[in-house]
Amino acid sequence: MFVEEKKIHISRPLELNSGKVLLAYDLMYETYGQLNDDKSNAVLVCHALSGNHHVAGLHKGDEKPGWWDNMIGSGKPINTDKLFVVCMNNLGGCHGSTGPTSINEETNDPYGFEFPIVTVQDWVNSQKVLMDEFGIDKWQFIIGGSLGGMQALQWSLDYPDNVNNAIIIAASPKLTAQNIAFNEVARQAITSDPDWCGGNYIKENKIPKRGLALARMLGHITYLSDESMAKKFGRDLKQDKINFNFDVEFQIESYLRYQGEKFVTSFDANTYLLMTKALDYFDPFNEIDFVERMSKSRSRFLVISFTSDWRFPPRRSEEIVKTLIKLNKDVSYACIKSDGGHDAFLMKNDNYFEIMRTYIEANING
Amino acid sequence: MARKDFDLITEWVEPDSRILDLGCGDGSLLKLLNKKRNTSGYGVDTSIDKTIKSLDNTINIINADINDHMDFFKDKSFDYVILAQSLQVVDNPVSLIKEMLRIGNEVIISFPNMGYWRSRLYLFFRGEMPVTSELPFSWHSTPNIHLCTIRDFKKMCISNNFQITEEVINNVNGKNISSSLLNNLIGTSAIFRIK
Repeated sequence: MFVEEKKIHISRPLELNSGKVLLAYDLMYETYGQLNDDKSNAVLVCHALSGNHHVAGLHKGDEKPGWWDNMIGSGKPINTDKLFVVCMNNLGGCHGSTGPTSINEETNDPYGFEFPIVTVQDWVNSQKVLMDEFGIDKWQFIIGGSLGGMQALQWSLDYPDNVNNAIIIAASPKLTAQNIAFNEVARQAITSDPDWCGGNYIKENKIPKRGLALARMLGHITYLSDESMAKKFGRDLKQDKINFNFDVEFQIESYLRYQGEKFVTSFDANTYLLMTKALDYFDPFNEIDFVERMSKSRSRFLVISFTSDWRFPPRRSEEIVKTLIKLNKDVSYACIKSDGGHDAFLMKNDNYFEIMRTYIEANING
Repeated sequence: MARKDFDLITEWVEPDSRILDLGCGDGSLLKLLNKKRNTSGYGVDTSIDKTIKSLDNTINIINADINDHMDFFKDKSFDYVILAQSLQVVDNPVSLIKEMLRIGNEVIISFPNMGYWRSRLYLFFRGEMPVTSELPFSWHSTPNIHLCTIRDFKKMCISNNFQITEEVINNVNGKNISSSLLNNLIGTSAIFRIK
């Protein structure tokens, strides 16, 4: 199925968590399936750090479908024969929604490093703006993996009446010191690249390619597992002997460099900085009046983790489950056996897909 | 599948109660209780296949090992904590029952009786660990690592100060024979309420 991205311009100001205000902004999104007459079949899919609104289907002329095409579509677990699915590029992103690469109307220059820091709450608020534009009153499901799952959790807290089911996959209630440490190294890789130019590389007509590629390589290691890397690459060499030099010798080195180089062609360095900050700041269980606010939430929850995920391991998902149980919330939890690491949430896995399909089918109407 | 212990538990459980069902399998007990007694709560099961079936039964299912996830549940947060036909797979029955008493106001446990005469004869005549239709595993591949008799169970309750408030012991025809002196010999399964 071919899909087209759409852009909506919002001219009402959005007050951000930081106190700053976006006077006007664009939201880029895609939809799949048909919204029914009583608008009761709407699903919001939230994307993770490097994702975007193109979650499923094919753009005309493309060979590769959206990033979660195995999960979303006709007859798939998120079944577009029955559901109307919306996915939006988050603010601060670099795929069409207003972000560091957009032109700041006040200065007529790209925002660059001047783009305000956005949080998960800000994204949820902007997603609510899009929801209102559609005239949708309730999301039947909000679904996301990793940082996307965090948005689903935040939604249930911030808009307790507007979410029927939150599906939180491979997520965490907050980042650990180790998680923040990895993010900080990624940020340092970018900001220490001379081509970053203090964040104004667009104006200087440069791209901090080396820094962004390094950040991506580092991130990518944390998305995979020891087992999956061993299986895929082991100690395989590019040539059949070692050469006693510092060129690319092992397959894993070649793979990481390729991932880094590919990433810089499609992603903005300042967006990367912003996304990692949103992750670092996320800590809903410590928000003021958390218990009182979450008690009001009418959402049911499905939490899913993967055994080999060491970025957000099962015990982090279980912290979410434990907190929701304490508040007597309707929550189900599944821990999926997989050697796919953190990225397992994007991969086909029979048990995982069956869990998703069964939960969605069982809760599609209520 | 209709199970006798399910019918009895449904009778015992007060309407609108909070239930925690450990080793809940496909969730059919909780589904039954939710429907007939308007209960709410969670099932816990370590099997992913059972978790999928529980989701299909629209119960809240926590896919975790009951041997080391009881910290999910706070003190006295449930009216009943149930362990139906799963006692024999638990690593440490005494510490689990203590946890169940911490979490719930009341504990309900059902298990197959290894003191049943057929099991005794099986071991006596064949000289092999009993393999029955209820417990169809060989000794080396069985998940049932803590099988017990009714008398074993009662002894454990006494030595740990677990108070049995009610007991039902069924014979092969599903008749309650708990008042019989021979209940440990002719009972096939037992169900206890503990405080």
